[in-house]
Formats: sequence, C-alpha cells, structure tokens
Amino acid sequence: MESKKTRKELIVSALENGTVIDHIPSKNVFQVIKMLNLDSFDNQILFGTNLDSRRYGKKGIIKVKNKFFEKEEINKIAIVAPTATLIVIKDFEIIEKKPVEVPEVVDKFIKCINPNCITNHENVPTKFSVIDKDAMKLQCHYCEKTTSKENFIFI
Amino acid sequence: MKNRSLVSINDYSKEEYLKILDIAEEFEKNPKQKILENFVIATLFFEPSTRTRLSFESAVNQLGGKVIGFTDAASSSVKKGESLRDTIKTVANYSDLIVMRHPLEGSARFASEVSSVPIINAGDGANQHPTQCLLDLYSIRKTQGKLDNLHIAFVGDLKYGRTVHSNVIALTNFNCTFHFVSPGELKLPSAVKRHIKERNLEYYQYTDLNEVIPFVDILYMTRIQRERFSDPVEYEKVKNAYILNGNMLGNCKPNLKVLHPLPRVNEINENVDDMKEAYYFQQARNGVYVRQALMASILGIK
Repeated sequence: MESKKTRKELIVSALENGTVIDHIPSKNVFQVIKMLNLDSFDNQILFGTNLDSRRYGKKGIIKVKNKFFEKEEINKIAIVAPTATLIVIKDFEIIEKKPVEVPEVVDKFIKCINPNCITNHENVPTKFSVIDKDAMKLQCHYCEKTTSKENFIFI
Repeated sequence: MKNRSLVSINDYSKEEYLKILDIAEEFEKNPKQKILENFVIATLFFEPSTRTRLSFESAVNQLGGKVIGFTDAASSSVKKGESLRDTIKTVANYSDLIVMRHPLEGSARFASEVSSVPIINAGDGANQHPTQCLLDLYSIRKTQGKLDNLHIAFVGDLKYGRTVHSNVIALTNFNCTFHFVSPGELKLPSAVKRHIKERNLEYYQYTDLNEVIPFVDILYMTRIQRERFSDPVEYEKVKNAYILNGNMLGNCKPNLKVLHPLPRVNEINENVDDMKEAYYFQQARNGVYVRQALMASILGIK
C-alpha cells in the first residue's frame, strides 16, 4: 500500500486542478500532444514518456493544468491511445478516473487514405465508422475504403 | 423507397431490392407508361459512360419524363472550377431526381447529403454502381427463377471490379456458393471475402476457367485490363486464359447463363453470342426496366 500511495503522489499530487492522461503508449505521447494542440496551449503542461508501468512495461503521461477535456477531445485521445486513462483533478482530489472509450464514429480529424476519395478533393469533413476497435480500422463514410492506424494522418 | 437516395447497394435492405425487382418485372411487361410526364430527371455525368447514361435516359424517355444534364465534366461548370456541392445544390433546384456518375469515390454519398432531391449513384470511381448490381440480380433471378442456393462464378478482374464486389455482397443474402476465377494478381480482396465468411457461405478460388463451367448456374465474365498488372509479362501470360469460347460450353449445365456488365472487348468470343447460354445483351436491356422501377419507386409513383 505504501509504495502505491507514493507512486500516486508522484504522478498526480502536483496538480491542483486539471487532467492527467495516464497509460499512454510511450511512442504516442507526442502524437497526443500534437493532436490536442497542446503545443500551442498556454497552461502549464508536464509530460513524461518511457516511464515504468506495472501494466504495460513502459508508458507515457501528460498532465495539463486547468484543463478538462471535452468529449470530442477524449475521442481523439482514444483513437491514438486506446489504453489511456483520464484522471480529473479538482483541489488536489481525484474527481474521476476512467479509461477512454473508442468511439463508434470518428469525425473530422483523420485523413482518408484513399487519394481518390471525395474528402481529399473537396471541402468535405471526413467521417469514419470504427469497424475494428482492436486493430483500429476505420471505414470511410464516403468512399467505403478502410484506413488503419498505421496510416493515420491527422488533419 | 420514396425520396431515398441509392448510393450503395447496402443502403437498401434485401426486401427493398427484391421489391425493386418485382416492380421491374411490371415494366418489362409494359415499359412504355406515361407515368413520369411531370418529372424532370437530371443525368450528371462528370465522366463519360455512354452505356449507363443511355440506359437511364431511355428508361426516363419511355416513361414520358424529361431529361436534363451533361455527358462529361468538360461541358459543364466543373470546368470553371465549380465545386460538386454547388453543382448538386443548383441542379437540385431544376430537377426531381439526380442520376450522377463521378470519377471520385464517395462523391455520390456526399451529393446525397447536400442535395434537396434524391440521388441515384450511377458509379462513383471504383466504389459503387448499385443499379448495375440490381440489374444483375434481376437477370440472375429471371434466368434461374430464383436467387437462392445458386452456384455463381465470377471470372476475370476480381480485385478491381466494383461490379463483382457489390454483386458478391448482395448475393450473400441468398445463400449462394461462390466460385472465383482469376489470375493470382487479381484475386478478390479480403474485405469482400469477409462478407462471405460472416454469413458462413462457401467460396472457392480457381485460376482455370474450364474447371468451373460444368457445375455453375451463372458465369459472370469481366474484362481484364492490361494496366492492372504491375508486370506486363504477367498480363501477356494470362490474357488468353480468361477468354470464353463457344466450344468451352459443351459440358455446362442446361440452365447456365453467361453474364457480362459490358462493354466486352475480347473476353467472350463472338461465337458465344448466338448460343442459348449467352445472356449479356438481354442483361443490358433489363437495366432499363430496373432503372425504371428504381426511379418510379424513389419518386413515389410505384
């Protein structure tokens, strides 16, 4: 118990108000930062990568002061880091701690891999349905082609 | 189906497309009814497809409707840089229904979302061409008396042929057994096979056309294009292996019919044309009835 408590303090206690994104796959930390536009964010942000994780071996973590993510942002996190946990903190207390959920539909922020798709030629926001949550395969609502996670390009 | 666009064969349920086939039978008996006299149908062909356009226009004309439109993008405002969104929104003001063919995949789905009138997809790039699929189902049902429990062979370019893909997907509703005959490079994509597996149906793959002829009910031929091969030598090796010749049909089942979406180049020898197995020209004629049925149904007349 003692070591668990210490560990939790190390990770979260520094934050008075804000959100911790925990259990991000290490290699995706920078992708999450970029996708959420945290690099142009004025609030205090701490992030770590290749930290020890009991569950995953290595993990990444991002702490954002005074930021509470909206549903659309959480969906984005779930697509790049489906293992992530969101920890919401107010007055140094953990208010909510829950794993992100991969949504059924992915709107606007991923490019369709098909160069012949209408979304790559006209001003049409992309839209996909998630057809395989484990392998993260998305089917384009327009051209019906599949874009997989290794081909994700963020708009 | 009133006021509902048809973009992809998956947009309609099995019952709905069987309904279209039933209405098409009525039109086959009586294709000249003046039921579209008060309707204007737009045929927007952003890329040329003479056969499909003429089939739709014949269907409308025989029912007394009026057709407006263009036959390729060069003769339309697209050339001036107009977006698809604007073209569709404008033409929707001038017509009751839009039939469109476009080289980009997903264009018809997008059009159906911005249009105030229903859209019929007459081909969006390599993606969907649902009226071809409906007329193929009509032709299969007409020649075999049913759609269930048939053995159907698809021959030629099974990798890129969108017609083959939508036909296979539609036929998985009818407990068919599939026989796929193609060169190794042009096999059916696994995304399409997934639909067959989901229904626990059987499929078999071949490289020799002669193997399937004795036991199938339908032989659906398609064209193999040279440009589909990464290695031109591979094309030279296989180009003659998927040509159907009259003498190959000697031991076929009595009910076998040969289908082809047309245009044919050389994959069916002309010596097949007068045999009782040849059905591809009637198949094209069926397209008119099926399109009449679809339009009448979407416009709320049937």
